Amino acid sequence: METLPLFIAIPLAVAFLFPVFEKLSLRRALLDGLAVLATAALLAGSLGLLAQPDRVYWIGGWAPPVTGINLVSDGLSRLMLVVVQAISFFSIVFSLRYMDRYSSRGFYYGLFFLLLAGMNGVVLTGDLFNLFVFIEIAAIASYALVAFGCESEELEASFKYLVLGSVSSAFILLGVGMLYNLTGTLNMAEVAAKAPALSGLPIMAMVGACFLFGFGLKAAMVPFHAWLPDAHPSAPAPISAMLSGVLIKAGGVYVLFRLFFSVFGMDLLYARVFMALGAVSMLIGVLLAVGQWDFKRLLAYHSISQMGYVLLSVGVGGEVLARGGPTPVAALAVFAGLFHLVNHAAFKSLLFLCSGSMEYVTGTRQLAEMGGLSRPMPLTGLACRVAALSISGIPPFNGFWSKLLIIIAIVQAGHYALAALTVLVSFLTLLSFIKVQRYALEGPLPELLRSVREAGLAMSLPLLALAALCLLGGLLLPLYAGALFTPAQEAMLSGLNYARAILGG
Amino acid sequence: MPTLDHLPYLFAMLLFVIGLYAIVAKKNLVKLILGLIVIEYAVNLFLLLLGYRGGGVAPILTRRDAPAEFLARTVDPLPQALILTAIVIGLGTLALVTALALRLYDRYGTFDITEIKKLKG
Repeated sequence: METLPLFIAIPLAVAFLFPVFEKLSLRRALLDGLAVLATAALLAGSLGLLAQPDRVYWIGGWAPPVTGINLVSDGLSRLMLVVVQAISFFSIVFSLRYMDRYSSRGFYYGLFFLLLAGMNGVVLTGDLFNLFVFIEIAAIASYALVAFGCESEELEASFKYLVLGSVSSAFILLGVGMLYNLTGTLNMAEVAAKAPALSGLPIMAMVGACFLFGFGLKAAMVPFHAWLPDAHPSAPAPISAMLSGVLIKAGGVYVLFRLFFSVFGMDLLYARVFMALGAVSMLIGVLLAVGQWDFKRLLAYHSISQMGYVLLSVGVGGEVLARGGPTPVAALAVFAGLFHLVNHAAFKSLLFLCSGSMEYVTGTRQLAEMGGLSRPMPLTGLACRVAALSISGIPPFNGFWSKLLIIIAIVQAGHYALAALTVLVSFLTLLSFIKVQRYALEGPLPELLRSVREAGLAMSLPLLALAALCLLGGLLLPLYAGALFTPAQEAMLSGLNYARAILGG
Repeated sequence: MPTLDHLPYLFAMLLFVIGLYAIVAKKNLVKLILGLIVIEYAVNLFLLLLGYRGGGVAPILTRRDAPAEFLARTVDPLPQALILTAIVIGLGTLALVTALALRLYDRYGTFDITEIKKLKG
């Protein structure tokens, strides 16, 4: 039986069950059980997919020569699929207890699974318009989830996010329309087959600009980042973990990689734009983060900065490839970028879940009002420390290894100034996380917080699991790189061969 | 060279820019929402123009039509299908953004975005 459509069908079907279940006043345990079961099944399915070869599923049997919409499982989409399922599973387990603070659990789960269905669709689809539809499903669900608490700040953040997100979607649709007019097809593989003939046309610059703006905004790259520091902290903590941990990757960076590597073909100009966006985001993000006192807002700015690393590294890989440099260097740069993407998903989700755990028991997100939390909350404290060390790039945690590989790749590509910038940003990141540890975990426990306790196993278990991933993800890299990263890296480096792999011949 | 045939495309782009202007320059939430709607319809108009063919017939194949001759005369139906989908997505977004604006009005008592700014930094 074909399993690819199930990654979209299961969350979509489940999403609409939850509000109905709630209306029927079914037991809460039933809703919780269904949510955990569905995400666990999807996670198992995505891990199972890793062992299988690339394949294409044509919806409704509309295979070439009459191309319909297709779902593609190649190295890159399998990698993203695993990351999305893993983070959503941990977020759901964390939500079981955390969402006690909010009413209407049914709608929360419903929107969560819509978000998941949208992201899985984006990752799997091989059709440009289908991509737009799934991006919008994920986006609308995330607008609603950001406003879920209905407080003034949350509504304000959601409105800002929605307006900017809709404008970026309009640009994406405009780009899709222009590309359709040029090629007469919406299938990514067929566009890729015609890409060599298109390159150099003036209109392609317009198409490229539309997609760079549209998906750059979804990925919150500087200068399109203004919405992220408002939107991500306003959402409930497990949703912040989903938005920062996977949505900006699946809906932004992944699509940029897919379109510019596999569909348009990487050229020197695009690669330089990637590098510039990455380097600027990396620096501006961390500079804005250092001064923050709201824990979640600080984390949100770091998301911009860390995604800058990913885009810079992959951009360097593309540049080496485009100028005909040594392939091993390009391969290393792409590999390091993807590795950092996965690591960022692990440690940033962990940090947001930690912030949620602290907010749950202390009722505040302000670092200045916290202190000494590692004593009453040893598990959260430990997990938070692991994540902070990972994101700052301290050995032996995963962030260290990916940053090291990124710096090695950039030096080998001959961009010494960029390598120095990367080291500097890493240092500033460490600085701001020393501040987090100093104010949240160390020091005297404020009088008000004397009675706080760990919030319970349902909240601590996902934290510990993610912390273990942060530790083992780096150390055990040689064991799983071949299954997870190498196929993804090959899928990106093979560039326009994407078309041949899908259409055959 | 641009000719009269390009005029509808220019109008679509003009509409797009008007919508963008409303979003960038206007301070009232309702006007921002109107800007969003204008942008969305500009893109839909653009898609429609892509499928247009002067003197074309509706893309409905009947038994009397010879397929080859029909293909030469019909307009492209695909952009129309895309627009239908885009309209539905736009409706969803519009419903959500209107609900948000109403809730914001409840909280702040104003539609003026310069007075709705609790978030900063």
